[in-house]
Formats: sequence, structure tokens, C-alpha cells
Amino acid sequence: MSRPADGDKRTRTIRVDALSRVEGEGSLFVRVRRGVVEELNFRIFEPPRYFEALLRGRPYTAVPDLVSRICGICPFAYIFGASAALEAAFGAAPDEGIDRLRRLAYCGEWVQSHALHTHLLHAPDYLGSSDALGLEAPNHNLLDRAIMLKRAGNAIVETVGGRAVHPVNTRVGGFYRAPDRVAMDSLAATLEPALAEAIESVRFFAKLPHPDFEDDYVFVALHQPGEYPMQRGRVVSSLGLDIPVERYEEFFAETQVPHSTALQGVMRGLDRPYILGPLARYALNAAQLSPLVRELAAEAGLGPVVRNPHRSIVIRSLETVYALEEALRLARAYEPLERASVALTPRAGRGCAATEAPRGLCFHRYETDDQGRIAGANIMPPTSQNQPQIERDLRRTVEAGLALDDDALRESCERAIRNYDPCISCATHFLRLEIVRD
Amino acid sequence: MSAKRKLKLAVWKFASCDGCQLTVLDCEAVLRGAFDIAYFPEATSARIRGRYDVSLVEGSISTAHDAERIREVRRSSNFVVAIGACATAGGVQALRNGLEHEAFKRAVYARPEYVDSLANSTPLAEHVAVDFELRGCPIDGRQLEHVLSALVDGRRPAISGHSVCLECKLAGNVCVTVAQGTPCLGPITQAGCGALCPRHSRGCYGCFGPQDTAAGRSPSLYLAFDSRGASFARRDER
Repeated sequence: MSRPADGDKRTRTIRVDALSRVEGEGSLFVRVRRGVVEELNFRIFEPPRYFEALLRGRPYTAVPDLVSRICGICPFAYIFGASAALEAAFGAAPDEGIDRLRRLAYCGEWVQSHALHTHLLHAPDYLGSSDALGLEAPNHNLLDRAIMLKRAGNAIVETVGGRAVHPVNTRVGGFYRAPDRVAMDSLAATLEPALAEAIESVRFFAKLPHPDFEDDYVFVALHQPGEYPMQRGRVVSSLGLDIPVERYEEFFAETQVPHSTALQGVMRGLDRPYILGPLARYALNAAQLSPLVRELAAEAGLGPVVRNPHRSIVIRSLETVYALEEALRLARAYEPLERASVALTPRAGRGCAATEAPRGLCFHRYETDDQGRIAGANIMPPTSQNQPQIERDLRRTVEAGLALDDDALRESCERAIRNYDPCISCATHFLRLEIVRD
Repeated sequence: MSAKRKLKLAVWKFASCDGCQLTVLDCEAVLRGAFDIAYFPEATSARIRGRYDVSLVEGSISTAHDAERIREVRRSSNFVVAIGACATAGGVQALRNGLEHEAFKRAVYARPEYVDSLANSTPLAEHVAVDFELRGCPIDGRQLEHVLSALVDGRRPAISGHSVCLECKLAGNVCVTVAQGTPCLGPITQAGCGALCPRHSRGCYGCFGPQDTAAGRSPSLYLAFDSRGASFARRDER
């Protein structure tokens, strides 16, 4: 990958950029002229909430609880990203026990989010159903499994974080109170049966018929030797990029598109989009999955790289199994922390961090003043970075589906978008398709 | 309302994080068919036209378009429940209220003219009549189930109006303010969370909003913080 030429307007850097909310209402505008897609705009209309601006001047201690509110589905992606970035800014490093507890919490978030998306939001696309409620045999137990897995995810997040949504027990430097051993034993007892169900889910999703669709994706994900990436790692790509997270903004930027409150990600010097999330994590980290998950992947017929986004449901279900296995391992091995958090000395500084949110890499940068107040912040959530690739998939979906009537074409487009799990409220029937056929 | 006929339920989203809708999706009664789900884009692409017996509304009003949309929700609904801190108080995005909105837009967006956004983020009740408010960031699942089951039974929902402080006493927690000198908003915050933060050795940060009769006690809480040197009131937090 080459560095961008200076002054390249396409990839202009936005210094203080948006945390635009990407779940919510979106629309798609397509103009087709003489069988050729002439214009295609995928737009997101979530009201802006100005998080980066709200953070300015606030004490670092207030940041985790504030950024948690960016997303009720993946609060840990924001809480832990912000905490790690601020710890880096202050030159602090939480010890291993805290790191393991964070990884356990992150497993819970993956299980919550993936169980919801795969079972309740995505699966109906493959079953020709409008939802996963009230399905008949042989799919009738999809809802039961969803509820069981969601509960398992909630149990992890509650045990570590105190509350299933917007956990209260985390702080910059670690936790307010370390869970006790008894809580971990009861958590492990909840997770064991959930793991067995999650394995059945992989087998169920693997058999679902899926559309043929592939692209030569540029994958970007975190990579950390010895583990499947969650709360840390270097940033790697399928084009050979391998950088520490501090250099992220040298290679990636966000641009604003007219009439959209979501910013879009671009990789500098690359003339096509890149993709974050399950497909990318899997392609760049499959070797670090557990033996059980690798076996299930082979059974599901997945090769080492999956280029069909309609199979992302299988990868999410594999990641659910991995997260439950990992959570069980961490819960069983847990030894109560002597100190729930490390002492911090606030100072003027700059810190970066990235985590793998369920939807993909989420980047954070914070600057602090000498009192530890926030002087600047930049957060690049995964869905805004995925937007250009979503548009590219949409364009190809429309081109291949021009013979379809508007309803069928709209359905194909919605499926192309749901493949990305672009945050929950987007994930079902959010698309107003306006198609002009000249 | 007849208990025989299933109620038609709609769930709407305005400016928010989806966390309260997630709590609705954790509610088994909703998932397992206690209601006719007429509109709930997060759960189903099926849609039944109004009118709706019950509308659960998440999010605050922060754009001109949303100010119009909430009036349509009101017109098409018999019973409107505002769920969560955004819908009942404007949410975390209301921290911008009273500050210079244009500067906020410029700080976040390179092209602020593309962005439709009102200067203030406001609760639903400033725009329409709201039949019931369920507090919390996010709402509590047990309180939600209480409200929904009351509506199914044709009762008016009622949530106890006491403070987090009382929940904490009932749970037998050691007071974090008295024992550790940690500032805690529990005495003036609406109950519902189960005194979560004090149970985790931290002070309540008020995510359920002010308890209804809290105003009279606020000055004494301020003095209690000040006398302990917590200087909470002087922090640059609102």
C-alpha cells in the first residue's frame, strides 16, 4: 500500500470529525439509465449527537460512561477503546488480570450482539420470513436459541459490568469492583449449555441457502498473536499493511457525504473501499480460532477466506462459539483481582486504541490537557467505515438484479446491507428504495 | 381494553443509542407473542397499519423532521410510553442545550450545512402529551415488564417514585458517601436500577434522572458533598 500524495482532496483529513450515529433510518437512491446504474446513494439519517464535541473539556473520568451511550449494542467497544486510549495517554498499563476481565466482558458483548443479529435479524432473510418470531417447524426453535444465547451474553456482561446494557462497573484504569469467585462459578454454569446451543446454531446457519455473490475485498482487522482479536492488536490488511494502532490515522480517514450524518471511511491511496467485521477478522485471524471452531468452520464448508458476505452469518455464529468458549475459559480460570484498577496520573498527552466491535474495528484517539480533561477526540466506528463497501456491494447487487421488480430488488438490497449488521435499527426494514428507471 | 384481544404494539426510535429498544428485545413477553407487533423495525420487517394501542418511544427530539414525526406517532397511538433518558429528558445529547449549536456542528462536521439538527435536544413531553414515562439509561427490564403487563391487564401502570437511596438501604449496602466520601446522586435519583452503582462501590451518576420530590433535598446533598470535600458540585459536569 502506498502513502497518499499530499493535497489529495479525495482523502482529505478531517481533524475533529464526527461520531455520527449510524444506526437508524437510512435510504437508498438508485438511478438507472438504459440498463446502467448511473447513480447510487446509500444514506444514513440518524440525528447527529455530537459526541466528540460533548467530550471536550470534560474530565477523563466521565468519558467511559459518556461514550458508552454512543451505542447500546456495543458499549464495551467504546468504553474499552476510550479507556485504553486514555491509559496510553497517561502512560499507564493495566495489569494482566484487568486485561483478562476486559476480554471476558468483550466476549459477552460479542455473544449479545451476534446472537441478536444472526438469529433474530439476519436469519429471516434466508428463511423468507419477515422476522424470527412465531416461526414454524423446522425453524421454530430459532427464537428459543436466540433467547438462550442473548441471556448468556447478558450474564457475562452483568457479571463483569453490572448491567446488560450500559454497564456501570468500568472505569479508565480498570473496574470499580472486581467480581468474586462465586459469581464466576455461577456464570460458568450458565455458559455451558449456551455453548452447546451455539454449536447447533452454526450447523443450522451453515445449511441455509445463500445467494452467490463475491467480491475481491480488502480486509482490515486487528491482529494479535495467540488470540482471536478483540480488545487490542496491530492493524493488518489483506494487502500487507501491518501497523501499530497509533498510526491508524496516517492510513485511514473519514470523509463527509452530502446529506448524510454518517461519515465514510477511506484508506488513503486506495481507489476502492475496505471491509471491517467478521469476514475481515476471519480472513486475517482464522488460524487463531480454537480447534473446535476451526473444526466447525470446516464442517460448514468455509475455506480460510470467505468472500461471500451472505456467509457472514456463519462466521458470526462461529465467533459466538469462540466467544463462549473463551468466556468459559476466562471465567473458570478467574482469580479475584487484588486491585480492581490501576492508579493513574493525569497528564497532557495523546493516546490511541482500537478494539474489534462486533461489526468491526473501532478506532479511538484522545488528547488530554495537564488536568486530564479532554482536549480532542476522534472516534471512527465500524459502520461508517464500512459504508463505502456497502455501497459497492449495493451497486453490484442492483446491476445483477435489474431484471427484478422493485420489491424484489429492494429485498436484495436490504439483504446486501444486513450482511454488514450495520447496527441494530438499520438491520431490519429501514430501507426506502427510490428507483428511477429512465 | 379487553384482555382477550391482543394489543397492537409499536416501537419507535428517535435520537438515541438503541439501548432501550435492546431492553425491549430482551423482554420475552414481547418476543413470544403477548402483543400484535404492528411496527418495530428492529425486530420485524412486517408492518400493520395503525392505530396502535401502545407506542413505546425511544429517543429525543433533535431535528425538525423528528418534531413532526413524534406528532404523527401521537396521533396514531392510544397510549404513548416514553422509554429511557433520551425520551424523558433529552438524553446525553441534551448536554449541548444552551451551548453554541453551530460551533458543535463545525466541531464535528466538515460541511455543517449538510446536517439537519435543532439547537436543543428535548424530551417527547415538550412536543406531545405522553401517557407514561419510564426512566433510565437504559430502562430497567423489570420496570418495562411491569408497564407492559399493566397495559395488557387494562390497568394504568404505576412505578414507585422513591429514590435510589432507598433501594440501597433496602439492599443493605454500605453508603458510599458516608463510608468512602464518594459523591453519590442516589438520594435525588429516581429508583429502578436496583442501586447498581453503589453495589459496585461507586457513586450513583443519576442515569434514571431526578426523583420527583428531589428538588427539596438537593441543597442538603450539595452541603453534604461540600463538607466532605468531594467538590462534586464544582466539577465541570452537568
